[in-house]
Amino acid sequence: MNALAQTPRREGAIGWNLLRLCSVAVYIFMFAPIVVVVLLAFNSSRSGAFPMEGFSLQWFEKLFNNDSIVEAFKTSLVLAASSAAVATIIGVMAALALVRYSFKAKESMQTLLALPLLMPEVVLGVALLMFLKLLSMPRSFALLLLGHTVLSLPYVVLLVQARLVGLRASYEEAAWTLGANRLQTFFEVTLPLISPAVIAGFLFAATLSFDNITATLFWKKPGIETVPSKIFAMLRTSVSPEINALGAVMIVITIALPLIAGYMVRRLAKGR
Amino acid sequence: MSRTSLRPYLLLSPALASLALLMVAPVLFVLVYSFWLRTAEGLDVPAFQFGNWVEFFTDKFYWLALASTFKTAFLTTFICIVVGYPTAYFLARAQIQNRSLLLLLMFLPFWVSYIIRTMSWINVLGKNGFVNAILVGSGLIDEPIRMLYNDFSVIMGLVYFMLPYMIINVYVSLDGIDRNLESAARVLGCTPWQSFREVTLPLSLPGLGAGSLLCFVLAAGSYVTPRLLGGTDTLFFPDLIYEAIISQLNWPLGAVLSVVMLLALAVVIAVYNRFMSLSDVYRSFAR
Repeated sequence: MNALAQTPRREGAIGWNLLRLCSVAVYIFMFAPIVVVVLLAFNSSRSGAFPMEGFSLQWFEKLFNNDSIVEAFKTSLVLAASSAAVATIIGVMAALALVRYSFKAKESMQTLLALPLLMPEVVLGVALLMFLKLLSMPRSFALLLLGHTVLSLPYVVLLVQARLVGLRASYEEAAWTLGANRLQTFFEVTLPLISPAVIAGFLFAATLSFDNITATLFWKKPGIETVPSKIFAMLRTSVSPEINALGAVMIVITIALPLIAGYMVRRLAKGR
Repeated sequence: MSRTSLRPYLLLSPALASLALLMVAPVLFVLVYSFWLRTAEGLDVPAFQFGNWVEFFTDKFYWLALASTFKTAFLTTFICIVVGYPTAYFLARAQIQNRSLLLLLMFLPFWVSYIIRTMSWINVLGKNGFVNAILVGSGLIDEPIRMLYNDFSVIMGLVYFMLPYMIINVYVSLDGIDRNLESAARVLGCTPWQSFREVTLPLSLPGLGAGSLLCFVLAAGSYVTPRLLGGTDTLFFPDLIYEAIISQLNWPLGAVLSVVMLLALAVVIAVYNRFMSLSDVYRSFAR
């Protein structure tokens, strides 16, 4: 028995080492560019590129004194928070309908709700821009808000749905039996039980909005910049050390937010 | 009775209304707009004429751009499969501690802002970038190699963007396979390679398929990566759409190009759906 268990591993030793090598290479591939950006953010050289000439915090200082970037940060944060809030509210409602009720056309509703996932952003960008022009709505913050909501809605629905499926309906039924109405049941029983997924969905949606660039380029009013569109505009000229510093800041933010979301999802998995 | 049957629709109505108003109707309107007439003053008048479409069908340039876009997307998908499958296999099957930590690490870069991740490749591949700095510094080469602003750097950027999608899809699929099936194959006399080829690989095809479709569709639809990492001769279809709409303000032509892009990808998705299930793709997003 022991011999049988050991033979395959010896046979496959070369194979496993190759697999290990490939995986290590992939990890290096995934992390090297990020490390390079953070490294260059602290480089005192003016060119924003190698060689490293010395350690310096001046680019961060320059960054925080750059009003247009600070302004873009504010725009992005407001946009992310508000579009995520709207997407979360209507997404939770939709997920409830899809999991807790059976009705005709459920399958097609499901497909329709997931549709934005496979829609090329460029096409959605063009479409919404043209359609709102038809309704004589110009490019504006409202257009960005509506657009970002649509883009993040499917993620919220899928996340909350996954949690609701794992939650037995008996808790809600108990609340009804004890005399609570539907609304009370939702706020007192269902919502607390699915709250990790709701928070994770909100953070996910906020990250998506904060990160969005392609569709944003179509929808933003000239003059209004989000952080990604600001970076995109700055990159038209060249990579400056300031962009590397901004990149380092963004790397810290965009890794911290999803880590919180990930923690929520893990709590969700444990609660199941 | 009627109240209970209405309730799911009431709950769904805000989501459906926003999708109908902000996605379905706009996309249909793009189709309508593609027949509108562009006048010399730059005003587009409602019309039903095929001028824009004739322009598209008779100009080889657009077809070349579509072909080059699909070629790049295909290469990206291919590289993601070749690199991603072994990595996912290692993560799912190797006897390693800290598997969850390794998985978490794999997806950390995935969360970093898309534009920063794309930009970082300029720092890596540029004339004074990381790779050239190492190669010149170590004396291997005298002059920096030109690696940036061509199809190579575009594909690098796209693979960097898509690889985590591929790995998670394959990983989840491999993780769900009953290990007893592989043991059974071994006991019945299969070599490790045979048991992989006959049992594991076929059972992981849904994940591989979902990852590949995502890679292809997202790569073909990307605008920012080819724009930032591509050269002057890089032809990418979404870039043409952006140019037509934002720079040239030729909306009817932009509408035609958008419809073409959508139809071309819809064909890819339909072919995929013929052999695999789309729900695998959607499910992978919830993870």
